[in-house]
Amino acid sequence: MDIHEYQAKKILAGFGVAVPRGGIVYSPENAENKARELGGSKWVVKAQIHSGARGKAGGIIVCKTELEVAQATDKLLGKKLVTNQTGPEGKIVNRVYIEEATDIKKELYLGLVFDRSSESIMVVASTEGGMSVEEISKQKPETIIRSKIEVAVGMQQFQAREIAFGLGIEPKLISRMAEAITGCYRAFSELDATMVEVNPLVISNQEQILALDCKMSFDNNALFRRNQISELRDKTQENASEVYASDRGLNYVSLDGNIGNIINGAGLAMASMDMIKLAGGEPANFLDVGGGATPEKIVKAFKLISMDKKVKVILVNIFAGINRCDWVAEGIVQALQKIEIKVPLVIRLAGTNVEKGNQILKESKINYIEANTLEDAANKAVKALGK
Amino acid sequence: MSVLIDKSTKILIQGFTGKMGTFHAEEMIKYGSKVVGGVTPGKGGSKHLNLPVFNTVKEAVETTGASASILFVPPAFAADSAMEAADAGIKTCVAIVDGIPSHDMIRIKRYMRRYSRVQKMTLIGPNCAGVISPGKAMLGIMPGHIYKEGKVGIIGRSGTLGYEAAQQMKNLGIGISTSVGIGGDPINGSSFKDILEKFEEDKETDAVLMIGEIGGPQEVAAGKFAKENMKKPVIAYIAGLTAPKGRVMGHAGAIVSAYGESAVEKVELLKECGVTISKNPSVMGETVKSVLIKK
Repeated sequence: MDIHEYQAKKILAGFGVAVPRGGIVYSPENAENKARELGGSKWVVKAQIHSGARGKAGGIIVCKTELEVAQATDKLLGKKLVTNQTGPEGKIVNRVYIEEATDIKKELYLGLVFDRSSESIMVVASTEGGMSVEEISKQKPETIIRSKIEVAVGMQQFQAREIAFGLGIEPKLISRMAEAITGCYRAFSELDATMVEVNPLVISNQEQILALDCKMSFDNNALFRRNQISELRDKTQENASEVYASDRGLNYVSLDGNIGNIINGAGLAMASMDMIKLAGGEPANFLDVGGGATPEKIVKAFKLISMDKKVKVILVNIFAGINRCDWVAEGIVQALQKIEIKVPLVIRLAGTNVEKGNQILKESKINYIEANTLEDAANKAVKALGK
Repeated sequence: MSVLIDKSTKILIQGFTGKMGTFHAEEMIKYGSKVVGGVTPGKGGSKHLNLPVFNTVKEAVETTGASASILFVPPAFAADSAMEAADAGIKTCVAIVDGIPSHDMIRIKRYMRRYSRVQKMTLIGPNCAGVISPGKAMLGIMPGHIYKEGKVGIIGRSGTLGYEAAQQMKNLGIGISTSVGIGGDPINGSSFKDILEKFEEDKETDAVLMIGEIGGPQEVAAGKFAKENMKKPVIAYIAGLTAPKGRVMGHAGAIVSAYGESAVEKVELLKECGVTISKNPSVMGETVKSVLIKK
């Protein structure tokens, strides 16, 4: 789960990481008051969407008067921002963050992620803040510092110091920098985060060390024990169909093609999508109804796919194990009594009681194309596109 | 022979008296697995499915001599149960459950470092279908009848895609020594390489099929291991050619975040390691067959 910049800043501040003063606003009047309250003569108005690279998309505006702050907020609220991370559909700005401007002396990069090879937490830092980590690793790979942290004992002071010295920080600022790094590590490890990225982490002209922009993501599997984090979820920032699916226990990812598919198991779903592609088609989605493929999940899956206007053919591929094909087939028949499907439907059942399952489908009145193998199913789905 | 489990392996069910535990214990017993009892804290001393229930894994191991266990406990308690099994001397533990936090998985793995290589428990999963040695024993939730007894090992992340492979092989008359589902999570108990090592040592396994997918470094690490340390042929299929970068495809671990993690890149890197690639998921069985013929 992703959260907004202002939420991440609030969290990091709680772990002793300094952030510029600021506040969230929902209207231009709000914004003007907030600027007045913050004081000073320069503010940054920042669109809050779940994406980086907002600056290039016009989502970050520097203002010199309270009136400008109000105008900038007015311009941003309700606007659709398209960045290189949002996809072409973009994301709508519903919240704007007003922040005091910072005089930057130096911009650094600091990121924390899981390292799957060493199964530890990896800290990545660079002197080249402001660029994305992908750009840094392409253009200035020599500036990247990596440090693996043993989770059982947590980050040690010397590790934080090593990173700070590695960044070429002035000696008098080292301990403050080490505190900021340690704070980010603690937030990561104590809140079940999967990613903390402060970019840029800056040294100001006043020699403060500030998290100027930050992003945090959390482990969905751990949200059951992180109530304060779950509350930060902003569904308006997520794909509507994906929210609909996740609320109903389905694993769904919307894609650009036109063959919708309903499959049990993530691996089989990816494999089926591969077969569609090899057969000359393009999948409209990834959809895993779970290994069990219960009738309830199948009904929900059909409902979800039928809402997708791109879908011109539906491919159902269920490999039944403990859940038998006859039971799955009954689920499909029930689903199709409730939901009208106007596009060709290809169904492939396999596994336990496959004959019985196919028998039930044949005897029902549903209109479908039967397929026997993975390849057969993909070929028939692509062929049905032409009809 | 087989790896991890066979006919004589004594099995405990952790989370025995729950709905899932009960259902799958019955299925495993039907298949021929030697289930000797189970653990449900607070219900020790009672009987369930005519088998003894214990309060702790330690007590269960001492009484029954069990060496394997399977977890049917909710994700929030799974890490604790796995560590309890490791501490009690269980040798092979399968975690079926989907949804264990990554931080907990790291904690389990660190906890297990206290044991020597000989004493260390092999944790399979989480988020997997388990282990089956066809004709011998099942420590999992798969449909046993689609697996034919034989000499090819299978290691896979996905349950149903593993079933697909087993069925394709059965249709071609190819049997399986053991099929191991290592699960779809980013951090799992055993890696492809860990299980490849076991298959290489197993006298009754002639070749190994790896069913991988996008995300993480494990498939490539296994390929390097095969190149440097294995005499037996390895065949692989990698799912997710069409998966977009940066998106989680169902399995929490199925996300491309670095070079070498996409399906195309993994296939290239595995080829360089001398692994035979099944070019699509419908020819996994045929590819295994062609390798066995050449052998």
